[in-house]
Amino acid sequence: MDHHVKLPEGSIERQTTTLNLGPTHPATHGVFQNILELDGERIVSSEQTVGYIHRAFEKLAERRPLYQITPITDRLNYCSSPINNMGWHITCEKLLKIQTPKRVDYLRIIIMELARISDHLICNSIVGVDSGAYTGFLYVMQYRELIYEIYEEICGSRLTTNIGRVGGFERNFNATAFNKLEKFLKEYPKVLKEFGDLFIRNRIFMDRLQNTGGISAERALNYGFTGPNLRAAGVDYDVRVHSPYSSYEDFDFTVPVGKTGDNYDRFLVRDQEMWQSLSIIEQAYKKVQDFKGAEAEVYHADVPEFYLPKKEDVYTKMEALIWHFKIIMGETAIPKGEVYQSVEGGNGELGFYFISDGGRTPYRLHFRRPCFIYYQAYSELTKNGMLSDAIITMSSLNLIAGELDA
Amino acid sequence: MAITNSYIQEKLTEKFGEQVTNFEETYGMLSFESPKEFNLKVLQFLYDEPTLSFQFMTDLTAVHYPNQTGRELTVVYHLHNLVENVRLRFKVFTDINTPDVFTASKLFEAANWMERETFDFFGVNFIGHPNLKRVLNVDEMDYFPLRKEYPLEDQTRIDKDDEMFGRG
Repeated sequence: MDHHVKLPEGSIERQTTTLNLGPTHPATHGVFQNILELDGERIVSSEQTVGYIHRAFEKLAERRPLYQITPITDRLNYCSSPINNMGWHITCEKLLKIQTPKRVDYLRIIIMELARISDHLICNSIVGVDSGAYTGFLYVMQYRELIYEIYEEICGSRLTTNIGRVGGFERNFNATAFNKLEKFLKEYPKVLKEFGDLFIRNRIFMDRLQNTGGISAERALNYGFTGPNLRAAGVDYDVRVHSPYSSYEDFDFTVPVGKTGDNYDRFLVRDQEMWQSLSIIEQAYKKVQDFKGAEAEVYHADVPEFYLPKKEDVYTKMEALIWHFKIIMGETAIPKGEVYQSVEGGNGELGFYFISDGGRTPYRLHFRRPCFIYYQAYSELTKNGMLSDAIITMSSLNLIAGELDA
Repeated sequence: MAITNSYIQEKLTEKFGEQVTNFEETYGMLSFESPKEFNLKVLQFLYDEPTLSFQFMTDLTAVHYPNQTGRELTVVYHLHNLVENVRLRFKVFTDINTPDVFTASKLFEAANWMERETFDFFGVNFIGHPNLKRVLNVDEMDYFPLRKEYPLEDQTRIDKDDEMFGRG
């Protein structure tokens, strides 16, 4: 492997080059700094520096009532904010022992799986961009746009969604939302198929991705990998299956696994997961349509202590106004306790460790951020590889700076 | 055979006797603590014991309880047995003046940065850690921001000149 020019004995020339990649670099999608020791184009060693966009979320959360924490979670993995929001609400519901109606669970699953699709879509298409194929990225963007339009119909915002409430949704899904969802279900499979056709058996793409950035299952587990990155290494751990939340146990889906844990397998696992997500959305939409009568209008649990009253009531009714203020100021009683709840985020197990001392704000809130945990392995994954492969590895790990730096 | 929380408790008590205490089950998850000197022994036992094999570290963090004299800082480990799908929570307490706890990074690579983060925010000194330096905050910082003595700014304070902050 030692191809480089041998310098004469006693030469003061160094054989390796130090390259500072980042913190802002067009090839790294996000704020990442890597100090690389290069031998030609080959990486000898690397060191990661993180924390450039650290915003002290855990400290901020210690003086915020429950609802004010939801927007913080938006800004973790901002490619799939709804999953974070709902993960947080599910954590609160677990602490408060709130049982959500089935229809709420199914609506949540529709949104969470849409978020997963948009997350994987970005990740996979960016892997394409980094290996020199820009077309796929631009092609699928219009379907991420459609997903964002669906969010918009439900919560009014697109990227940092702040979607939902403790116990359900802020409003029922309107007809436009369902129409857009139908449009998505109808058109997207064709697009995803074509996107796959562009890449999966593409010789150039395969040559770039196969055998780069690989990790064995044992190492991946030891490094605390979760999500698609762990599954690409061959371990079928999925929070949706192992610790079902939001009624995932009612759905029929498979957990795709890879074998080698390299960039190509990660791409394939994400690709297959998008198909599975599509199937879950279809099942969930069907279940939602099966509700009849009053049940078909349910979009939140009956928890007046935590679910914000309707705005028109707040303006006209004393009771509702009082509740509105109490909830916003965090004056409704929260039990003491410690809970750990995790959800299958876009890039792994997103955990919330919530310690309540009965006060209006969490005593301590810790986010288990999958990115932070597996970015440690980046040094090992890229060692002895080419610099250009390291860029693809970074994309295919689906590192999101917002989540990493919290 | 799925392993139950009472089985884990039994196994641990059998091995460590009086050293493992405060077993409780909150929201379905077993939680217990041990003296900080035993943290590696307990983690290693949970890892190696074939019927337990908690070989996945889900999370590692700390909590600060300023009122518990002598036990101000808690290091909290969340472990997961992926095969049997059982989770548990393990805590060690340390006093804040000598916050020395053995590192788990030899056992779990994942603990490396999580311990750095815990050091960064709480000042827990992980003995034997290969690279214990700040990870999210700047190196020059001389305090541990998630400790409770550092409150966020009081939002009702009135001594600030609004004009200086563009709100005049």
